[in-house]
Amino acid sequence: MKIERTIKYEADRVKGFGDEVSSVPGCEKLQACIQCGTCSGVCPLSIYMDYSPRQVMAMVRSDFKNEVLTSHTVWLCASCYQCTVDCPREIRITDIMYELKQRALQEGIYPKKFSIPVLAKEFYKMVYRYGRVSENLLAMTMFLKSSPLEALKMWRLGLGLILRGRFPLTLEKIKRRDELGRMMKVVDQVKINKLHDELKQARQHVAARSQA
Amino acid sequence: MDKPSKQTVRIGFYICHCGSNIAAMVDCPAVARFVGTLPHVVLSRDYKYMCSDPGQELIQKDISEHQLNRVVVASCSPLLHEHTFRGAVEAGGLNPFFFHMVNIREHDSWVHTDPAEATAKAKELAHAAIMRVAMHKALEVKKVPVHPDVLVVGGGIAGIHAALTLANAGKKVFLVEREPSIGGHMAQFDKTFPTLDCAACILTPKMSAVGTHPNITLLSYSEVTKLDGYVGNYTATVKRKPRYISEDKCTGCQECIANCVYKEPKFPDEFNEGLGKRKPVYIPFPQATPQVVVIDPQTCLNFRNGELTGKCKKSCVAACGDKEAIDFSQTETFQELKVGTVIVTTGFQAFDAKRMPQYGYGKFPNVYTALEIERLVNTSGPTAGHVVLRDGKTEPRSIGIIHCVGSRDKKTNRWCSRVCCMFSLKLAHLLKEHTGAEVYNFYIDMRAPGKGYEEFYDKLLEEGVHFIRGRVGEVTDWARTPDEEGKLVIRVEDTLAGYVRRIPFDMVVLATGLEPHADAQDVRRMLNMSCGSEGFFLERHPKLAPVSTFTEGIFLAGCCQGPRDIPDTVAQAGAAAAEALALIDKGFIEQEPNTAFILEDECCGCKSCIPLCPYTAITFDAANKKAVINEALCKGCGTCVAACPSGTIVQNLFDDEEIFSEIEGVLAHE
Amino acid sequence: MTTKYSYFPGCSLKGIGRAYEESLLPVLRALDVELEELEDWNCCGATAYMAIDEVKACVLASRNLAMAEKLGHKELVAPCSACYLVLNKTKHYLQDSPAVRGVIEKALAEVNMTYSGNTPVRHPLDVMIHSIGLDAIKQRVKRPLTGLKVAPYYGCQIVRPYSTFDDQYNPTTMDRLLEAIGCTIVHFPLKTRCCGASLTGTLPEPGLLCARDILAEAITRGADLIATVCPLCQFNLDGYHDKIAKKWGPHRIPTVYFTQLMGLAFGLGERELGLHRGFVPMQPLPAPVPVGVGV
Repeated sequence: MKIERTIKYEADRVKGFGDEVSSVPGCEKLQACIQCGTCSGVCPLSIYMDYSPRQVMAMVRSDFKNEVLTSHTVWLCASCYQCTVDCPREIRITDIMYELKQRALQEGIYPKKFSIPVLAKEFYKMVYRYGRVSENLLAMTMFLKSSPLEALKMWRLGLGLILRGRFPLTLEKIKRRDELGRMMKVVDQVKINKLHDELKQARQHVAARSQA
Repeated sequence: MDKPSKQTVRIGFYICHCGSNIAAMVDCPAVARFVGTLPHVVLSRDYKYMCSDPGQELIQKDISEHQLNRVVVASCSPLLHEHTFRGAVEAGGLNPFFFHMVNIREHDSWVHTDPAEATAKAKELAHAAIMRVAMHKALEVKKVPVHPDVLVVGGGIAGIHAALTLANAGKKVFLVEREPSIGGHMAQFDKTFPTLDCAACILTPKMSAVGTHPNITLLSYSEVTKLDGYVGNYTATVKRKPRYISEDKCTGCQECIANCVYKEPKFPDEFNEGLGKRKPVYIPFPQATPQVVVIDPQTCLNFRNGELTGKCKKSCVAACGDKEAIDFSQTETFQELKVGTVIVTTGFQAFDAKRMPQYGYGKFPNVYTALEIERLVNTSGPTAGHVVLRDGKTEPRSIGIIHCVGSRDKKTNRWCSRVCCMFSLKLAHLLKEHTGAEVYNFYIDMRAPGKGYEEFYDKLLEEGVHFIRGRVGEVTDWARTPDEEGKLVIRVEDTLAGYVRRIPFDMVVLATGLEPHADAQDVRRMLNMSCGSEGFFLERHPKLAPVSTFTEGIFLAGCCQGPRDIPDTVAQAGAAAAEALALIDKGFIEQEPNTAFILEDECCGCKSCIPLCPYTAITFDAANKKAVINEALCKGCGTCVAACPSGTIVQNLFDDEEIFSEIEGVLAHE
Repeated sequence: MTTKYSYFPGCSLKGIGRAYEESLLPVLRALDVELEELEDWNCCGATAYMAIDEVKACVLASRNLAMAEKLGHKELVAPCSACYLVLNKTKHYLQDSPAVRGVIEKALAEVNMTYSGNTPVRHPLDVMIHSIGLDAIKQRVKRPLTGLKVAPYYGCQIVRPYSTFDDQYNPTTMDRLLEAIGCTIVHFPLKTRCCGASLTGTLPEPGLLCARDILAEAITRGADLIATVCPLCQFNLDGYHDKIAKKWGPHRIPTVYFTQLMGLAFGLGERELGLHRGFVPMQPLPAPVPVGVGV
């Protein structure tokens, strides 16, 4: 049995994390949470979670960034939107889970043994490259990258799909693939510009402070 | 007191800090210095609390020491303190209308975030007031007598208590109730929290007192359809619905019910929330007041689709014999009542549990509302107090009570209904007592802030009732484990233990919240009141005028103003009765002189103003071919003034000179 | 007269969900509805993509929306629940969030496209019930599926988070549709519970448990099969029976598309409708009672 301290000190918080998340479009109502537990009560996956969705809301609000981003909960969210529909405070919990997934990927602090982040990344890459997803190819890539042993165990399913004509052996792709690339670049540029603006503001803020 | 010429105008200006309410955003000394430089301003002060006694005395002293003849106070809303300052001005020896008030709190400091701009705005508003007050004229307050009779609308516990209080003080009361009996929701309750005394035992004596009181005229099965007039002199029109029984002749012997052609009760009984049955001719419940039978034309065989057909053999008429109380020829009638004041006690309706399909009400027979359980545990209820499931025989071994159904939920009703935690505890206690079942309460936050309430919660904890902090996700008949088969399963996060749980129950009770009646908006319009955003009637001030409305002489009590329990309702009903008494015993009301009047010589008789007046205060004098304004009815809204094509309607306190000067004052600041 | 809609098949309908397309197109054709596939459509930006970048997912979806608008048919049909949701979600973002709209418009302009926000996105179930109508469907029935007991399974993303064409807690459009072609609908409390499809590939246990619960409940309620409206649900409920059996014992019950059942009722062939592509095969229907003989 491993005994660990569970107390949290102020230094354990990443101050501003909660505010940051709740400033993202779709996540604004996070601050209105009354911790009633409806989200956990209706979530079909909450039985597997290390922190219930309700706890995740509280943890985000209290800036426990590292604990949230390394938790299993965000990766267990299957995006069925039951919590979002039932929340009495109209918090879009599913969208907050998406936001947390994105942050975990950006910062690379998701639970390492999970293959979901790998799937998400491969999915993203495949769409970027071909414009469409060939599901079986995606699954194979994912298994090869995360757990090759698992991939071997999937041979029966793969064979079954081939036999039933559900495993197209040609790669699905769109014709004007350059269009997607250009569109994504626009999004990246907007983000970079926004980041620059934020940086500029932060610098001005610091400068103003040091003057004062 | 004639209007002083411009040369003699001497204005005193006072700006109030209102603690930090104003001073934190507006630079009060700077505003005072600025106003001091304006023409006719003799002195200009800033002061911490102008509404305090020293503040008011300051005004009085200055009036005599500096020969002021106009006063301006810049502070909060005139709704709060115009009356106070006019009083101070009058005490200082001036006509109270040589005063003007500027609202720099609600209109300025509370709604702005930039101190420099807020201060600039305060200066503009003050400047406008200074320009305006110079034009003010002396006005006189008129007195109108108050009719001593009172109308109480709604015969629940609030209406009953208000009516009795007034009647005992010797006032005549008309109590109008739309159901066949008074008693309201309280009559349906079994016990009352936290003392567990029987609701009927404490309510029935009051109901019969209403029935027999010489000063109370009870108009049951009736609705107010119109209210005309003004404070002190209202005329109410009351619709009396036909009960097909003469109230004067019926003795309450109930022979007609016993002899109805329906041998067995067949129709869902409203009083028992549909859990019991009644005949088409019935008395709502044993203690009903008045003890008069009612015939329901929707179910009586003598009617079809509510229309009289005469096709029943009418054994009820024979049973009534020479009392001849049954009268199928009755029709809707209307009655006019003259009263001076009105108390509105129309109550609430319970939230419709079907609006939350995830809890399965209406789908699963053994999901109940709290009101149904009140009837089920009641000895005079449909099962004589025997708690059984809807099959009529099985006693529940496990019961889950879900709190906050239709409360604290942005998708249904946002507010806390205040009474559900306590009535859920009460029902938990009663259900456990009646059945010995395991009883669970599922709550978000336990709210027990009344006298003896927390102690009641303690008692329940000790009794072994289970409490789980978590809002229930769903009630389902999907069984995951063998012990869930055939049960209603509640899925919930036990937020304190930190587990998601599934718990099977035989019976689920929904603590449905309180909401305004579906027709509350119609009542509001009819009585010329306001509603809050949630639809409850709005009190004049949440703290200082909790039973008054924005219409003079109309008072509120009970759940029509917002959810509350019986003690609070009774206290409010007493307060409303006292407010009405205060008006009646004073004998007159003073009327704000900001009314409109017609410069008779100039009226061209075009009548354009007449249909526009929302208070029907304008009539036409056919002999002189001129419009005439009834000052007592005029509320000073100004609609006719703006509409008059010849400009012959003038309104006190809002004449052209006053308004244009005010505008000039604001515009002086570009 | 034939009515035309734009058609966004989505990736699954070209792969594991082929049978959905194979049954959807002929059934609609039988009802005088033609679907015109968007030329050069791209991935909708669904669940896994949302996890990487929500704005980019919306941009992906908006390219499809823009192409649909250009195609000129009034409405766009998206049979996959995930596509249906992402396309609708993008429309909501365009309406509610000026920031996201700004980015989307910029990205579309880069490739000379525009989207005005019109073109409603509709699910085939919605089109069948609300545009074609049960009467027209009943008229096409040649072989009513009398006696076939069906558990109607709607899954999550066509009823949530947006309530578009059916009740969010107790949807009934598919119930009514299947009743119209002769099926018997069993009481099914898990109609809208998540099937776990987005997890099964990566976190087998939770994903499979979701599927098991749905299969088990359908069996308990006496259903012969489960009808579904989404390729991901179909695959998740149909593709992992051996794994589920290993963990929790056999739960064999077929899962088919509602369009396949309609096709059968319309007298189309089983192979034509892609029924041979399922892992758990549907039991052959009893021979139709010849018209006019006995009863």
